[in-house]
Amino acid sequence: MSARTNGLSTMTVLRTPGGLSVRFRPRALAVGLGAAVLAAGLGLVALGSGDYPMGPTDVLRALTGGGSVAEQFIVTELRLPRLVTALLVGAALALGGAVFQSLVRNPLGSPDILGFTQGASTGALVVVVLGGGSLALAGAAVVGGLATGLLIYALAWRRGVHGYRLVLVGIGVAAILTGVNGYLLTRAPLMDAARAVLWLTGSLDGRGWANAGPLLAVTAVLAPLVLVGCAPALRMMELGDDTASALGVPLRRLRLVLLASAVLLVSFAAAAAGPVSFVALVAPHVAKRLTRAPGPNLLPSMALGAALLVGADLLAQRAFPGHQLPVGVVTGVLGGGYLVWLLAVERRAGRL
Amino acid sequence: MTSRLGGTALTLAYDRRTISEDLTVAVPDRSFTVIIGPNACGKSTLLRALSRMLRPSAGAVLLDGRDIHDLPARTVARTLGLLPQSSIAPDGIGVAELVARGRYPHQGLLRQWSREDERIVDESMAATGVADLADRPVDELSGGQRQRVWIAMALAQQTPLLLLDEPTTYLDIAHQIEILDLCARLHEEQGRTLVAVLHDLNHAARYATHLIAMRDGRVVAAGDPREVVTADLVAEVFGLPCRVIDDPETGTPLVVPAARRRAPEPS
Repeated sequence: MSARTNGLSTMTVLRTPGGLSVRFRPRALAVGLGAAVLAAGLGLVALGSGDYPMGPTDVLRALTGGGSVAEQFIVTELRLPRLVTALLVGAALALGGAVFQSLVRNPLGSPDILGFTQGASTGALVVVVLGGGSLALAGAAVVGGLATGLLIYALAWRRGVHGYRLVLVGIGVAAILTGVNGYLLTRAPLMDAARAVLWLTGSLDGRGWANAGPLLAVTAVLAPLVLVGCAPALRMMELGDDTASALGVPLRRLRLVLLASAVLLVSFAAAAAGPVSFVALVAPHVAKRLTRAPGPNLLPSMALGAALLVGADLLAQRAFPGHQLPVGVVTGVLGGGYLVWLLAVERRAGRL
Repeated sequence: MTSRLGGTALTLAYDRRTISEDLTVAVPDRSFTVIIGPNACGKSTLLRALSRMLRPSAGAVLLDGRDIHDLPARTVARTLGLLPQSSIAPDGIGVAELVARGRYPHQGLLRQWSREDERIVDESMAATGVADLADRPVDELSGGQRQRVWIAMALAQQTPLLLLDEPTTYLDIAHQIEILDLCARLHEEQGRTLVAVLHDLNHAARYATHLIAMRDGRVVAAGDPREVVTADLVAEVFGLPCRVIDDPETGTPLVVPAARRRAPEPS
């Protein structure tokens, strides 16, 4: 095994005597690992905090099957499902957002802008108006997101895709769905409308394994598919359709797989926690700016999305003692603020 | 004449707008083939069809005797490279890294960067004279340098056939000649088959070993430029009255447009 940097000074290559080789950017790897460690650390704090505070060692002991029965129950049954949901929602939204932004070659190409989250909301609101349990609500959110994906695909994607065309169609669809959502809210009984608004803001309150399970399954299948199966080709698509096609990327099939994966990830994330705002838009940008790497930066985006959501949920629960905020409020303020700050700092440094 | 790449009885259309009907062309092996013709004559469309980007509505493009659309994308990409008119350099990408992307069709999940990849990228940058720029960001380069970087990327793909869609557009005259000289060198020294769409008839006549002249989606003439480029052909293809003389530098045909006939001066 040999490691060295080549003329591509920002990359490191590992080669085995058998002729296998792996290439990576140390900086991107460090950002991804750093974000993963941050997410784990915040998660440990989250598991230990609440009405029954516990230190990190107590939490770890409870996680590994030690400690008192009460501690085990609090950690693994009450707090862990919420944490796992937060990690998965953050990672899934960030991955979906990074894929969308790269596919449409537009930094605004996030599911919040393109109407997918609005579609998921419409599905959920229909259930609120007609009445139904939280399982029906989650299912309807998935159906709403997928239906919006199909609609936009049909409207914008018929003959090859144009990034701009997709963004504009998506903005139009998002506007229509926002109107529909407003109408549905006014039709809902007052109590249900209040519950719906909480859902629409994005919240992790009372999330259990039933919420985390489906998202975990979807992420476990789609994340490897996207990260391992599609990422190299997606990197080539950045060079333009013609060049990517000349390099042997099967554009049509790849787009379909990636679009479907991103819509599924985002829809299931919305079903689990509501349309948590801004993570899908902001995590890939932050990842790109920290790694300074061209390319979709999928893995660093995922890790950052997970860290952002866990951190935001921690703040949402603890920032105002006795008063919990929905996590979507914090992701909006925190993520948006960080993005604006990054852009302002970089502008001063003379870059875009 | 042997030919690995060609099209038979092609109908080429975008949506319902038909560009060419019953078009048959062959690219002679080891030639520097140049396709010329007036704007909207279908030359770029033909190049798109030859490079698998446009599926003919009738007829077939054959690569090594097989329909190019029956071959896997990756197989085609190892045989036939393309320099399209518009490519996007991702933000902040460096020259060597962009050139390295040309290795994509030869790489795999666990074969991401072999010594061969490295050697070929170095050679491609040397052949196009961009080795000194290896660590520079592509956005900082001039238009001519950038075009050489894109050609280096296409070279790194190591395809025996290389298609270039108007590679000299937007370049000044010195850089146009520089790019064409580079193409001629690649053709002569590396024995690659080149197919280029060019705007400038005199460039085509000077550099091509095989010329395809098109008008209204049809091939009007094809062959050695010394035989094909005549005043009659230029009049037929471009509607331009001209004289054709010998290029004093190379002896190839040189098209000199006829002077505007002035009205007799009032005496």
